[in-house]
Amino acid sequence: MSGMTTGFRALRLPSLTPAQRVMGLFGFWLVLAVCGPFFAPYAPGQIIDTEVFAPLSHRHWLGTDYLGRDLGSRLLYAVRYTVLICTLSTAFSCGCGILLGIATTATPAWMEQVAGRLMDGILSIPSLLCALLVIAAFGDSLLALVLTLGVIYTPGAYRTSRALALRIARMDYITVAVARGEGALFIIWREILPNMRGPLLADVGLRFIYAVLLLSNLSFLGLGVQPPLVDLGSLVRENVLGLVYGSGAVILPTIVIGVLTVGINLVLDGTSRR
Amino acid sequence: MSRAHMISVRNLDIVGHRPDGGTVPIVRDVSLEVREGQMLALIGESGSGKTTIALSLLGHVRPGCAISGGQITVAGHDVTSMTRHELRGFRGRTISYVAQNAGTAFNPALSIAQQVIEPARVHWAMTRQQAERKMIELFRALALPEPETIGARYPYQLSGGQLQRLMAAMALITDPEIVVFDEPTTALDVTTQIEVLAAFRAVLADRGITGVYVTHDLAIVAQIADHAVVLRHGQVRESGTVARILGNPQDEYTRELVAACRIPPRATPCAPMASAREDRVLDLSDVIVGYGNRTAEGLPERRILDHVSLSVPRGSTLGIIGESGCGKSTLARTISGLQPWAAGQVVFRGEALAPAVADRTREQRRRLQIVAQNADLVLNPAWRIGATIERVLTFFHGMKGAEARAEAMRLLDMVRLPHALLERYPAELSGGQKQRVNFARALAARPDLVLCDEITAALDPVVAAAILELMAELQETLGISYIFITHDLHAVRAVCDQVAVLYAGHVVEQCDSQSLTAGAHHPYTRLLVSSVPEMRAGWLADAMALRHAEGAPAAQRRADGGCQFFSRCDMRMPGQCDRGPVPVHTLPDGARIACYRSCADLAFPGGVAPAAPLHSYES
Ligand SMILES: Nc1ncnc2c1ncn2[C@@H]1O[C@H](COP(=O)(O)OP(=O)(O)OP(=O)(O)O)[C@@H](O)[C@H]1O
Ligand code: SF4
Ligand SMILES: [Mg+2]
Repeated sequence: MSGMTTGFRALRLPSLTPAQRVMGLFGFWLVLAVCGPFFAPYAPGQIIDTEVFAPLSHRHWLGTDYLGRDLGSRLLYAVRYTVLICTLSTAFSCGCGILLGIATTATPAWMEQVAGRLMDGILSIPSLLCALLVIAAFGDSLLALVLTLGVIYTPGAYRTSRALALRIARMDYITVAVARGEGALFIIWREILPNMRGPLLADVGLRFIYAVLLLSNLSFLGLGVQPPLVDLGSLVRENVLGLVYGSGAVILPTIVIGVLTVGINLVLDGTSRR
Repeated sequence: MSRAHMISVRNLDIVGHRPDGGTVPIVRDVSLEVREGQMLALIGESGSGKTTIALSLLGHVRPGCAISGGQITVAGHDVTSMTRHELRGFRGRTISYVAQNAGTAFNPALSIAQQVIEPARVHWAMTRQQAERKMIELFRALALPEPETIGARYPYQLSGGQLQRLMAAMALITDPEIVVFDEPTTALDVTTQIEVLAAFRAVLADRGITGVYVTHDLAIVAQIADHAVVLRHGQVRESGTVARILGNPQDEYTRELVAACRIPPRATPCAPMASAREDRVLDLSDVIVGYGNRTAEGLPERRILDHVSLSVPRGSTLGIIGESGCGKSTLARTISGLQPWAAGQVVFRGEALAPAVADRTREQRRRLQIVAQNADLVLNPAWRIGATIERVLTFFHGMKGAEARAEAMRLLDMVRLPHALLERYPAELSGGQKQRVNFARALAARPDLVLCDEITAALDPVVAAAILELMAELQETLGISYIFITHDLHAVRAVCDQVAVLYAGHVVEQCDSQSLTAGAHHPYTRLLVSSVPEMRAGWLADAMALRHAEGAPAAQRRADGGCQFFSRCDMRMPGQCDRGPVPVHTLPDGARIACYRSCADLAFPGGVAPAAPLHSYES
């Protein structure tokens, strides 16, 4: 049995650390999001065929959608919006959450109280409902979407990073740094943060997956990315009729969502197992 | 030669599987034998495979390990070939196990009786009444207080020493032929340890049980075992009778181990007690530290340190001893400004210190360094050793780049570490190396006073002895003063000039470290000193005979004044000791003792001088 596992290990890329694998996969999606549309053979809104829900062919590799547009091109644009919106919103939620989470381990108790109650407040509203409310109030611009997703996932990032930071803040090397008279910023930045990298990376990845799922949900309900722009969720929604014909137009975006989320989840699992 | 071999292990090999698929030998070619009714000690440093061997006698290997060769025969059973089902019956009826930390081995939600009776009912199908009768009998044999009713209590209501004895009761209730003890007293205070040891020894001798005792403390081996096996890196270095191994060790490593347990008391004369105020580095007067609500006078209700007064003469070492939870670490944190005090004064080099570290000057922080206890938590795992040391140099002395690197190398030389370590991470260092780096970091600030909190507690005796030697050497060359917090009295005698004895947050005595075994002393000091195991056979019986106080309750802080030690003191005077502030005697040599008894009473407790010198082997 041990021989078999060694065999598998040799197949996997042994020279990469788990963190590098996560960054690598994420980098791949980011590059696809930024550059993919340049390779799209058609404009996303261009109707190229009279046949709707056309099957795969050499003219349009992935077939056409419900209006006869090239699905491959639209998919490339959809990946761009899904990945970029979720990246930005994750950057927002994890940026705020982690900073606040670590900072409150070093600041006076009342600040922790205020931040904690605020986060509890956000956490107590179901995320889909919260998104619906915000979008109803502020419209569905891309910025509003990014901020909504960002705010919804801030408490989670705050909780995780605070728990991690509290554990590290009790370590003797922090005590020694405090006794030396190091400033709070130095302690957060240089003493605490480097020791949280692994678990934090896993947490950020998870928030990204949540954001992808919630955005897709919203778009599927017609509340997320609006035409003429397109993301993976709205792609599923507009082609939902194709389900009857077994068209790739509804199945392919679903598969891409799955590959995106499950793929990142799998490499994240690797980071915690080690 | 008439007695049969109860345990016989032949050429045992145990390997561990590495994550990359390779194997590492953990135990190599170990053979040992134990005769019926005898006690075998497995001695060795951490990682030497003691516990692995002990567990293999029960047919247990840790996940990821496997027995790859050899034969284990226990009471006629071939352990390696037993099935899971057979093993279940074998463990308990034939052999049972007492683990290191009883505090975590009990289920906190069940009463003691429920947990102790359980194995008897499983293995022998006893009725509840039978099992209970048996349990009470065992409790009595193990000298537990209130044997009839203690079973109804829950684990949190019992002290560490009591739990350890209850754990032994749990192991003995199935009438096993063999009991394996895995460092059962390591987590206990010396004053508790001696009671537990005495209880174990009496029960085993009484029932003719064969034992295996895993430990790293040779003094305990001398008390409790007949034969000993010295292990290192999974191999047997030496085996034989205890008397021969301790008295005439043949193997080089055994000799080193025995020497490490016999650290000589310091050779240089001690700094005088009653030095003038200007000759002292540090002076604490009436310091009060506590948690919780403030009383009317603005003092905390729950006091951890109460009216602590201490002084450290320049260039000398003050030892702080006392049992777990008496406030030793709190004292170190207080002095270094991490735990502000509520009342009192701390004077460092003639300047009054601010209670909080943030209010102290950089110069004050530089000159007062703390070396914390746990080597594993004290170096930032994300930093290379070089960066750790250079940060201090940059912070206090403004050194950068090559200058800092050169100074860091000089510091590593000072603590006897190779320069190559600068590029390594703490995870790649051994415990002793980490503690040296820890020291080098404190030295980097060029301090006047270093607070050492149990710096040798987690180290193996040989490594600890080397660290103590290093401390003394640095004191001689650099003139540093130390506060040395420990519970190891041998270490105190090796490095300290003076000792302060802390009990429940009070300094009950400050005296010369070399006079700990002679002259007038506080009853608690006497108890502490007489509880430290010695490597002389028969010490346990002598020490137990000297004890008057029985079944010492855990230290309770008394709010109503009077002596904190009252409930455990064998010289207490009811009606006097338990009320009002305790008077402090100053002896001619400058020692101070807080007690109601007169100095003459304290010099000869019970009106007679102690029959034997307490540390005979050191002469
Ligand atoms: N934050 C806190 N709040 C309340 N009580 C505390 C706090 N920190 C420590 N204590 C209590 O203060 C007492 C002294 O603790 P301290 O760590 O100084 O003991 P110690 O003598 O160093 O013990 P050990 O030998 O086990 O290290 C203990 O009873 C502990 O429970
Ligand atoms: S004051 Fe009394 S109770 Fe306290 S140690 Fe002295 S004799 Fe014992
Ligand atoms: Mg401590």
